Parts: sequence; structure tokens; C-alpha cells
Amino acid sequence: MEIENVTLRFGGVTALKDVSFDILEGEICAIIGPNGAGKSSMLNVINGFYHPDEGQIRFRGEHRPTLPPYRIAHMGIARTFQNIALFRGMTTLDNVMTGRVTRMRPNLMKSMLWWGSAEREESENREFVERIIDFLEIQSIRKTLVGRLPYGLQKRVELGRALAAEPSLLLLDEPMAGMNVEEKEDMSRFILDVNDEFGTTIALIEHDMGVVMDISDRVVVMDYGRKIADGPPDEVRNNQTVIDAYLGVQHD
Amino acid sequence: MLEQLLFGIEVALNGLMTGVLYALVALGFVLIFKASGVFNYAQGVMALFAALTLVGFQNGQIPFAHLINAVLGTNVHHFGWHLPALLSVVMALASVVLLAVIVERLMLKYLINQEPVILFMATIGLAYFLEGFGDMMWGSEVKKLDIGLPVGPSDSIESFTYDLFGYGFFIDRLDIVAAIVAALLVVTLTVFSQYSKIGRALRAVADDHQAALSVGISLRFIWVVVWSIAGFVALVAGIMWGAKSGVQFSLSLIALKALPVLMLGGFTSIPGAIVGGLIIGVGEKLFDFLLGPIIGGATENWFAYVLALLFLVFRPQGLFGERIIERV
Repeated sequence: MEIENVTLRFGGVTALKDVSFDILEGEICAIIGPNGAGKSSMLNVINGFYHPDEGQIRFRGEHRPTLPPYRIAHMGIARTFQNIALFRGMTTLDNVMTGRVTRMRPNLMKSMLWWGSAEREESENREFVERIIDFLEIQSIRKTLVGRLPYGLQKRVELGRALAAEPSLLLLDEPMAGMNVEEKEDMSRFILDVNDEFGTTIALIEHDMGVVMDISDRVVVMDYGRKIADGPPDEVRNNQTVIDAYLGVQHD
Repeated sequence: MLEQLLFGIEVALNGLMTGVLYALVALGFVLIFKASGVFNYAQGVMALFAALTLVGFQNGQIPFAHLINAVLGTNVHHFGWHLPALLSVVMALASVVLLAVIVERLMLKYLINQEPVILFMATIGLAYFLEGFGDMMWGSEVKKLDIGLPVGPSDSIESFTYDLFGYGFFIDRLDIVAAIVAALLVVTLTVFSQYSKIGRALRAVADDHQAALSVGISLRFIWVVVWSIAGFVALVAGIMWGAKSGVQFSLSLIALKALPVLMLGGFTSIPGAIVGGLIIGVGEKLFDFLLGPIIGGATENWFAYVLALLFLVFRPQGLFGERIIERV
């Protein structure tokens, strides 16, 4: 995916200013920057909640026209949210099953009458979902309403829902926010495993520098809606602009 | 004394049956509210419109006959055929689905991400439009709806209870049919929403619009589905009420009785709509039976609202509601 000269404005506020970077197939790309730098806006542009005022998004080498977010989900882009957006009234299993929407053919009549093929489709997808559940080690909470789960587990279920779509690009908005050390370690391991096992390309926003430097192949740094650096973790760590703008000031 | 007691039971039973009809209307409200957070003021008018359309198709009425005659100077009213009941029900069902699509295309589509109160206002507009449109399309006179449902007192129940208690219960067979239909409807809707993928998508949209979009659910498609189902429920309610008291404008006013039902049952609960309907049906009949003579009668008109007011004071989320409704 290539992001080319994307500018996004809300009224008089410019949230993103002429931002360009690539997300390469199979990599883990971290987007970092101080609060309000435009990281989440960037993610929202990629997944179609916002449409850029200028510039374009190229996906698999092709220009992507302005599409509603659910169509973009069908193109294989899944995401999680900064403030968990699960379906609270549903069980873990149902939440993850909902992630399969893009993999199931919508057929109202069949699903209403529960004809054979709809049933077969349901059980095929169910098998895949069970694999995801095993993978994320959330078997024990399969039938629990997600609203009742502790925060860390909710984050994991949300990841499961995104994975269920077998996305080619997975967007994670602060997957480790508010977690303790142990939960962060678990989550990092899952992210690396997903990248390894399914070959999923991952773009993530994260504030924990330790984690970012450990797991990402490449880091994009943003500040005030602009991109100020882009490169492998080590290079970014020693970049003077980045240290000035961000690391040097806010993190020792 | 025994006679009095038995009469009381009969009154309660009849109240139960009326309650089923209230519940049917309330169900339509709940479905739309759950899936989109919109209180659909037009639900009652939708029931009227559906029933009008059904009768119109069945009797071979020419839609907009008055308008056509006035403009073209002709004098046509009927196609001159009489369609079988089942066919006209299917055609009426197709009409409410078409209505759902049109409502989405012309109204909801432009109101995505608007405040619920704006959507609510839009449904008020829809209600008045549909009322006038229905009149223009099918005429405003009271129509008889007869699709072959059994009506009148059930002799077998009367004689059975007469043998048992020495007092024959009077129960309308139509009410029994309505109760069975309502039960079937609730079971079907529950199974549909719990075990099918579209049902799952409906619940997902109800829980979180953004997340639903992010997993690839089209809100607009879901809205068409929800409004179609609500239209279907409106059609069923319209058939039952229409068969009972004729298809007429007052049909859309039964929607008002659904309001206290919803306050009792909670805006978000399907079982709540049913239980609320039954409580109000039985409550108003029994209250009238017990206290009506003392305070001068006609309590049925206001009992439901007073009960709803009490609920608003002591349990604003209703019996089964999830949270306090701040949306209406």
C-alpha cells in the first residue's frame, strides 16, 4: 500500500499534511508520534472512515477510489480501535464470527430459511473461527459476553475479530494501551505470530517505545500532521529530528 | 361470587388477547430501535398502510383511482378481480419491502451519523406523508379486511368451560389466532437474530456502527433489512387489527398504545414488548372491571398511560430495558 501526499482537513484544522509513505507487503510498520500528531487520522484514512482531501491511496499498485469503509473491509483491510469497539452484547465467539462477514456470501433468503448451503457455510466459517480462538488462547471465554471481560482480554477478542477476516492488511490502533507488562508481552507475541504464520501485513500505532522498537520492521514518525521520519527502528532512534520532536522531549 | 370470579377471569383472558395485539405493534418499534437507535414514529401508520395495501390488492382496487379520475375525467375504481388472500398478502409484503428500500434511499441514506432526534423527526414526517399517501392511493373509507381468518366466539371453548365451571367463556377466535401468530413471530425473530449471519450483523450494527463498518457490514443494507422486517411486523399487526375492527385511520392511533407498552417493557427488548403488551392488555381490562364502576368507567383510555408514567418514575428503563433511554 502506498500513501501518496495525503492531506486531511477538518474545517480549519489540518490533521494530515502532505503525508506519503509505503506499507510493504509482509512487514510490521509502526506509526508513532506525540498525541494529536495525526496517527489515528492516518489509520482512519487507510480504512476509509475519512477520505483524504488531497492525495491518494494506492492499494496493491492500483489507485483506490473513494469507497465506504465496509467496501474497504471487503478488500482485505481489517482493524482494531483505540477505544475498544466490540459488540458488547454478543459473546466472544459471535464477535469473532462477525469478523467473517467479508468471507461469507450474503444471501438473505437462504439465511432466513436456513437452507443447507447456509448451514454448511456457517460451519465452515465456524471452523476457521475456532482456529483463531485457539491461536489467541481465548477458548475459555468463548461463550462469555464480551462486555463482562477484563480490558486486556477485550483487546485480544478485538484482534481475533480482525483476524477472522483473514486480512491482507491489519491496522492496530494502540493495541497495547492500558495493558500491564505481562499483557503487553502476550500481545506482542500474538502480533509477531500473526505476521509470521499468516504473513499478514501489519500497521500499528503504539506509544510504548520499547515494544515498537522490538517488534516493528519499520517506523514512521509523525508530528503535527506531518511525517518527520521513516526507516528501520535503529535509524529512527538516532534521528535528531525525532529525538527533538518526540523521544528526546517526552521519553527521557 | 364464583360467577363474579369467573367473569373476572374471562375479562383477564380477553385482556391478554388484546395485549397480544398491542405487543405486535410494539415489536415493530423495538426492532427498529434496537438496530438503529431510531424511534420510528411511523410504525403505526406503516401498519395502516400495509393493511390498506393488502385490502386494496385483494379487492382489485385501482391505486390512485380518485386522482386518475380527477385528472383524466375517467370513472375507474376497480380492476374487477378479486385476488386470493394468500397472493394479496405476498403482494402486500413485497410492498412493505419496497417501502423499506424507498425509505432508505430517500431518507435514511442522507441521515447517517445524524443525531437520533433528527432521525426521529424524519420518521414523524414519514408518518404524515404515508398517511396522506395511503389515503390518496386507496381512498379514506373504512374497509373490511377478510383474508379468511376465523372470527367470532369460539363455541368449543364456551361449551368446554360451561361444562367445567357452569359458565361459558367468551373468547374471540381471531384473538387466539393473533396470539399464535405473535408467538410464532417472536420465536422466528429470535432464532433469526441469534443464529443467522444477517441476524448477527443486525446485532452488531445495534451495538457499534463504526466497528460494524470496519468488519465489512453495510449499514444501508442492514437498514433496509430492519425496515423490511419492521414492515412485515406492521403488516401482521395491520391484518390482525384490521380483521378485528376494519381498516381505518384509527388503526394508526394504536401506535400510541404501543408507547406505554414500550415504557413498560423497555425499548430494546423483544420479550419486553410482549410482556409489556400483555400487562397493559390485562391491566386495563381488569382495572376497568374492578374499579371502573366505582370511578365512573372509561378507564381503558388512560390506564395504560398512567401505568407508564409510574414506570417512568420508578423504573425508567422498563422491565427488560438495557439502560435509561436518553434518545427519545
